[in-house]
Amino acid sequence: MERVPYVVAGEFTIYQVAEQKAPLLAMAADADEPELDLGGVTEFDAAGMQLVLVAEQLARDAGKSLRLVAASPAVAEAFRVAGLDDRLPREVSA
Amino acid sequence: MNEFDQARQTFFDESRDMLREIEDALLVLESGGGDAETLNGLFRAAHTIKGSAGLFGYEDVVAFTHEVETVLDRLRAGELAFGEELAGLMLACADHVSSLLAELESGNTGETADRDRGTGLVTRLRSLYATPEATTRAASPAVEASSDAPASGPCRWRIDVRFGADVFRNGMDPLSFIRYLGTRGELVRVVTRLFDVPPADRFDAETCHLALDILVHTTASREELEKVFDFVRDDCTLVLTRVTEGAPSVETTGTGAVPTEGGTEPVVAPEVVNVAMTRQKEQRAEEARFIRVQADKLDELISLVGELVIAGAGATLVARQIRHMGMLEATQSISDLVEEIRNSALQLRMVQIGDTFARFRRVVRDVSHDLGKEIELEIRGADTELDKSVVEKIADPLMHLVRNAMDHGIETGDERAAAGKPRAGHLRLNAYHDSGSIVIEVQDDGRGLDRARILRKAVERGIVPENTELPEDEVFGLIFMPGFSTAETVTNLSGRGVGMDVVKRNIESLRGTVHVASTPGAGTKMAIRLPLTLAIIDGFLVTVGRSSYVIPLDMVVECIELPADIPAHAQHFNLRGEVLPFLRMRDVFQVEDSVAGHESVVVVRNGTSRAGLVVDRLLGELQAVIKPLGRIFRDLQGIGGSTILGSGEVALILDVPALIARATRNSTLAGPATAGIPRSPGRLLTEIPSSLERE
Repeated sequence: MERVPYVVAGEFTIYQVAEQKAPLLAMAADADEPELDLGGVTEFDAAGMQLVLVAEQLARDAGKSLRLVAASPAVAEAFRVAGLDDRLPREVSA
Repeated sequence: MNEFDQARQTFFDESRDMLREIEDALLVLESGGGDAETLNGLFRAAHTIKGSAGLFGYEDVVAFTHEVETVLDRLRAGELAFGEELAGLMLACADHVSSLLAELESGNTGETADRDRGTGLVTRLRSLYATPEATTRAASPAVEASSDAPASGPCRWRIDVRFGADVFRNGMDPLSFIRYLGTRGELVRVVTRLFDVPPADRFDAETCHLALDILVHTTASREELEKVFDFVRDDCTLVLTRVTEGAPSVETTGTGAVPTEGGTEPVVAPEVVNVAMTRQKEQRAEEARFIRVQADKLDELISLVGELVIAGAGATLVARQIRHMGMLEATQSISDLVEEIRNSALQLRMVQIGDTFARFRRVVRDVSHDLGKEIELEIRGADTELDKSVVEKIADPLMHLVRNAMDHGIETGDERAAAGKPRAGHLRLNAYHDSGSIVIEVQDDGRGLDRARILRKAVERGIVPENTELPEDEVFGLIFMPGFSTAETVTNLSGRGVGMDVVKRNIESLRGTVHVASTPGAGTKMAIRLPLTLAIIDGFLVTVGRSSYVIPLDMVVECIELPADIPAHAQHFNLRGEVLPFLRMRDVFQVEDSVAGHESVVVVRNGTSRAGLVVDRLLGELQAVIKPLGRIFRDLQGIGGSTILGSGEVALILDVPALIARATRNSTLAGPATAGIPRSPGRLLTEIPSSLERE
């Protein structure tokens, strides 16, 4: 499997999660080293975050770990608020 | 207005927009257009109304829109097919929500008829999704523990929240609760976790499976902390534990048993409203960067700009009189700026006519159903802009014309087929700008007006004397006479001849005109011509005798000297090979004193008709702030309003369309053969009832 990160850009909220669900979860389940790039996300809410967490859990169940390789300011703020700072890429969380 | 009321008003305004979007989307879908995105838009709009209504505790609205949303969800999932019946039902639902909101807004709630209608609709909606949906709200009663002793000084609270499945769908963002909590105290620790997540294939990304475990250091009381979660009270399990050295006190609230009191009363602190609304506001802000301003404020601004224009003109006048160069330059640059301000201020009030047109989709749909006719609506020029005050006042006359066209103009499918036309009638709304006016057309491809019958009817009703020869235009104009109706069957829609005269009067009160063109068998076109704005015009100042008059500049074509060889009582003259009817304003206003110097002709135009107005002197351009004439002057012919000049003098604004009509009529009735033969204008007025001229 390729190591191209799965990219979500633009809005990633309750309005997008339904369409994002299938490809994102498939990526988390199928990729050997699932990577997620949220660097271009302009708007992020708890629904988006929940989908990321579900993907993460899916990867974990398969014995892998989903890595967040980039996070936009909106994403970083949301993760910090939710106490999930540890998920953020190092350069962002620093 | 306090913050809560403002938020509430915003909610009502936005909901109305949403309902309009819903209606539009439904009509698009019904006509076979639209795609998945239309359906999504529909769902989002319903969803937003539900979420926002929840914020204000409008349970009736929430419960009802929830049912609507469920059906929309099935539609979106492809479990239901969109048909005409469903469209009808959904439109009725939108109407119901609209009337619920109107009641809440006006404050008189609890109309039984509404409730019955709501219940009926809910039953129909539920029958659509046959799978009985178990009540998602858990009914376990809340454990009402006794309140703690007031906390003295800051202490630590542990807050455990499990959000209900519909929290996202209700427009809430759990993150905003954490953010808000952060403003009430110090967040020591936040843990976000998932719970009850089904396997991936059954996981619904829009269902909330989030739980929060928060440790907060705060001075806030238990009640205050609970209030933070008021919006999701019904939809979450909330456990607050005070972390003290002693035994922790545990209290569970939520799960649907907390009654919302009053309904319209604010049940939560306004700042909580703000937090919870933030997300929706952001969402909307992303879509359109607009601010809502009350129309009165704009009106006030425009009226002030009007005063500024007058004051500026006064200053210019003084500068001219004292011949001070510096002063003149200064007033010139001020008046340039004032003009720019005026234009932008007027621009603020310009709205696209599209919204008004879009409303007719629904009207056309409903009326064509009622009449059993198939009618397609075509909308053109929806982005044409005009003054908001004009838009508001034109909606009713337009409605009448549209209904009239559908009712009387367009034939039934069978009649059309027999006449070799497509079964479906075609109705077109069109708007465009033309020489400083906006023209709004209602055009149908129906049977057209029956000239002979109109004339016969008019004679029968004593509106015109027998054997009157009238040009086609004026025959069609008769349909706007009070008490005139040619419909053989009076329908409940537009039959009784009540209205067309009102339509004309309303349009004229906007300084507009309505023109009818019709071809038997091919259809009728009603064209309404309106000024772009009602407040300020660019005018051309002229004098007649000792008085000043303003002619709207955009109607002025050119100014020429009155040819010397025109007979004193001629009705028209030759302007570069064309016949130009003209009026001597001295005659019109009965100015007695003698003419000093050469008279001038201002050639004016309205649509395709032109006429010359003979005046004493041309004084040049100015900006005129229109002041309405008092009631006693209302029936005055040829005058549209008044304005105050910089000198403080009053100038009357000429009603050019009325003057052109008068000049043309004089000239036509005089006939080309009798051109130049003296004729008294007064005599002509006795041939046609004066009511034809105005109103």
